[in-house]
Amino acid sequence: MLNTVFGSLSVGVTPSTNSYESIATVTVGSGGSSTITFSSIPSTYTHLQIRGFTQQTNNSGANCIIRYNSDSGSNYNSHYLGGNGSTTGAGYFTNGSTTGGYAFDSANNGSGAFCAFIIDVLDYANTNKYKTSRSLSGWSNNSSGENLSVMSSAWRNTAAITSITLQDYSGGSFAQYSSFALYGIKGA
Amino acid sequence: MAAGSTYTPIATTTLGSNQAEITFNSIGGYTDLVLIVSAKQTPALNTQYIRFNGDTGTNYSYTILSGNGTSAVSARGTSQDRWYSGYYGVPPTDSYGIEIYNFQNYANTTTYKTGLSRTNRASGGVDAMVGLWRSTSAITSITYGISGVSAYLTSGSTFTLYGILAA
Repeated sequence: MLNTVFGSLSVGVTPSTNSYESIATVTVGSGGSSTITFSSIPSTYTHLQIRGFTQQTNNSGANCIIRYNSDSGSNYNSHYLGGNGSTTGAGYFTNGSTTGGYAFDSANNGSGAFCAFIIDVLDYANTNKYKTSRSLSGWSNNSSGENLSVMSSAWRNTAAITSITLQDYSGGSFAQYSSFALYGIKGA
Repeated sequence: MAAGSTYTPIATTTLGSNQAEITFNSIGGYTDLVLIVSAKQTPALNTQYIRFNGDTGTNYSYTILSGNGTSAVSARGTSQDRWYSGYYGVPPTDSYGIEIYNFQNYANTTTYKTGLSRTNRASGGVDAMVGLWRSTSAITSITYGISGVSAYLTSGSTFTLYGILAA
């Protein structure tokens, strides 16, 4: 069910052109990849943005989770609003019924389409705050079975985020040509 | 580790007179594109759209998540000749709407193209949307237009295209 109505929010504020920097990019090769990790993230930015273009090998479900600093504890919660082209749905997850915060819903490889997603992680290096993110993700396949969602997720930890891992909740892999780009946004 | 600043303005246009469409060409060299639109229209309630490379074939589909202050709705369009990118969030007539489009991996020649949008009309509602162009061609031009007979984007509407280059 989650793969049909699953959410996140983004398409955020336009940064000034000298404060938005590309940090790292991962493009998945022919063998696919079960996890994508950005590590050694510098603390020199104020916010992070992850922009992705993804397809998953798992046709039965394509829910993706995000994990910070490899924390697999029950420290995440999320709310979402989604639509599947005919109905809307909303829901939430608390206390790590997953081992990460739900982040976006990717296209399955039977669709021929790729999902686009944008995740904003605010104040990621601030050691006085729990960390929150928002995202927008969606894919269309010229038929039914697609999904569009907005979501916010929290990591209840005040540690600075130094690594971010993305993976398919149901154990599938990201397919070839999927790409993930991490950007840093500076403050004044 | 960082590759340097990006999010580069490519072009900005402010309409000096009413017109139905605006097209951005010469958009190569980036990983993603972001289009920011602040537009009004006349007459009311016509739907805006996106086309790529001038393609008028039925190669577009889209899915909508929208709310109008009373209820939320999800709907889809399939085999369309353009990406109709507004539902409640069409350009207003009494003020300027806010629209942001993201076109990911727009220049790759392997996959179909997927875009995300958020369109907003304070007097009507808000939309989130995903659009698909079933073509593996690189996107080399983007057209934003308003549909409907004798419908126009009005003078003063602004359109800014940015390019984001990944490391």
